[in-house]
Amino acid sequence: MDTSLAGRTGKPFTMVVEAGKIREFARATKSQNPAYDGGPQGEPVSPTTFLMSAQFWQSGENSPLSGVDLNWERILHGEQEFVFHGAPPRAGDVLTGQARIDKVFEKAGKRGGTMIFTEQVTEFRDPSGRLVAELRSTMIETSKATTEG
Amino acid sequence: MTTTDLTVGAGREPFVDKPLTITDFVRYQGASGDMNPIHHDSSFAAKAGYPTPFAVGMLQAGVLGTFATDWLGAENVRSFKVQFREQAWPGDVLTYSGTITAVREQDGERLVDIELACTRQTGGTHLKGWATFVAPN
Repeated sequence: MDTSLAGRTGKPFTMVVEAGKIREFARATKSQNPAYDGGPQGEPVSPTTFLMSAQFWQSGENSPLSGVDLNWERILHGEQEFVFHGAPPRAGDVLTGQARIDKVFEKAGKRGGTMIFTEQVTEFRDPSGRLVAELRSTMIETSKATTEG
Repeated sequence: MTTTDLTVGAGREPFVDKPLTITDFVRYQGASGDMNPIHHDSSFAAKAGYPTPFAVGMLQAGVLGTFATDWLGAENVRSFKVQFREQAWPGDVLTYSGTITAVREQDGERLVDIELACTRQTGGTHLKGWATFVAPN
């Protein structure tokens, strides 16, 4: 990765938040919380990290790194952040997502070599255009293969 | 629901999970759509130089997230961040824990900041986390 990638955007995509996917995701992440079950009490809210499943609603052109030749064996996921502007999305919500490369910067590695940090932000908006959630993924590219991440 | 203690230093009783299995990884991968074979295909992992498939970091991040929302409320979470540290492996016994670090007012809302961790049976840190919630009623 290099700093020229900053500012690249992916094509917007639509994501429909679904009760069955919320229940499946909550079970997979070992939640006991009835708030994720839905059913007669109403549409469930989605778990904190649920928007990771937005990849079901995306294809290559939705990635800001589409067409960029990358050595994925050297890239690890360093950090992941979720910000909600109000309660997390609820089943039945229809969101528009768009990803962008927010920042690319270099740091010296602790054990020599250079690490390149790339921060990708995906914004999710409701049909009125209100910002509902933001995901920030920090990817770290090392100059040699790694066993961490 | 009992009243949640919202003082700095208060925590939720840690959650000690059953030993991690590749089935856990597959279940999360199916739920999330991340089908990277490094987490379930032994021969693929071996070719990449790993002794076995290793854990999906976002699975444990998800467990840490629901550990926090089972405590402070699914609708109340406003931010959640995880940092991936040591790799986790099948058979690992992971402990999820969290502590309140601040209770503050911002824009007329009462917010609770917490620090979270997911540690391995070795004592090593798999994940560190931080979250902010609107204070539960």
